Amino acid sequence: MIKSELVSRLAERNPHLYQRDVEHIVNAVLDEITSALTRGDRVELRGFGAFSVKNRPARTGRNPRTGQKVAVTEKYVPFFKTGKEMRERLNDGVDLGD
Amino acid sequence: MTGKTITRADLCEAVYQKVGLSRTESADLVEMVLGEISNCLVEGESVKLSSFGTFLVRSKGERIGRNPKTGEEVPISPRRVMVFKPSNVLKQKINDTLGDDE
Repeated sequence: MIKSELVSRLAERNPHLYQRDVEHIVNAVLDEITSALTRGDRVELRGFGAFSVKNRPARTGRNPRTGQKVAVTEKYVPFFKTGKEMRERLNDGVDLGD
Repeated sequence: MTGKTITRADLCEAVYQKVGLSRTESADLVEMVLGEISNCLVEGESVKLSSFGTFLVRSKGERIGRNPKTGEEVPISPRRVMVFKPSNVLKQKINDTLGDDE
């Protein structure tokens, strides 16, 4: 499913809303998560999962082909941890642990 | 980093402010967005949200794990897991703001 399909499915379930409004809603949700992460904040959505940002410190990497050393700068990467309810739903309602 | 945690309430507020639905309806819609994504994944279908990222489901076979505390070997049963692959746009945005000021 892509974003436009998500919008159509939601619009179908909400005939009182314009498709354009539904699009704004989906974008508002994604933008809010994005801007939280750009501030380094965590986004916790119980049952679904939690988004956070992890820091990858600068390090000296190596070109695996030549073995040459290369400087890798510090990086921030978005991280997602699946929520408990979602984990269970993917496995027929059984919580298999982390 | 401010170290705050954003929750459903903040997403509802954002929808309320930007779209102009009632608070109750904003909350319902946020729930439906997450619900629709979840249902898709449970069906095994991936969800691709451009400039944000992709949620996908991976099937893992059985493997042998180890209790890190006791060193004891334990079988890990086959399972389905959800994975989020952030888009390059999202990664770029995060590094643009967090990258310089620290």
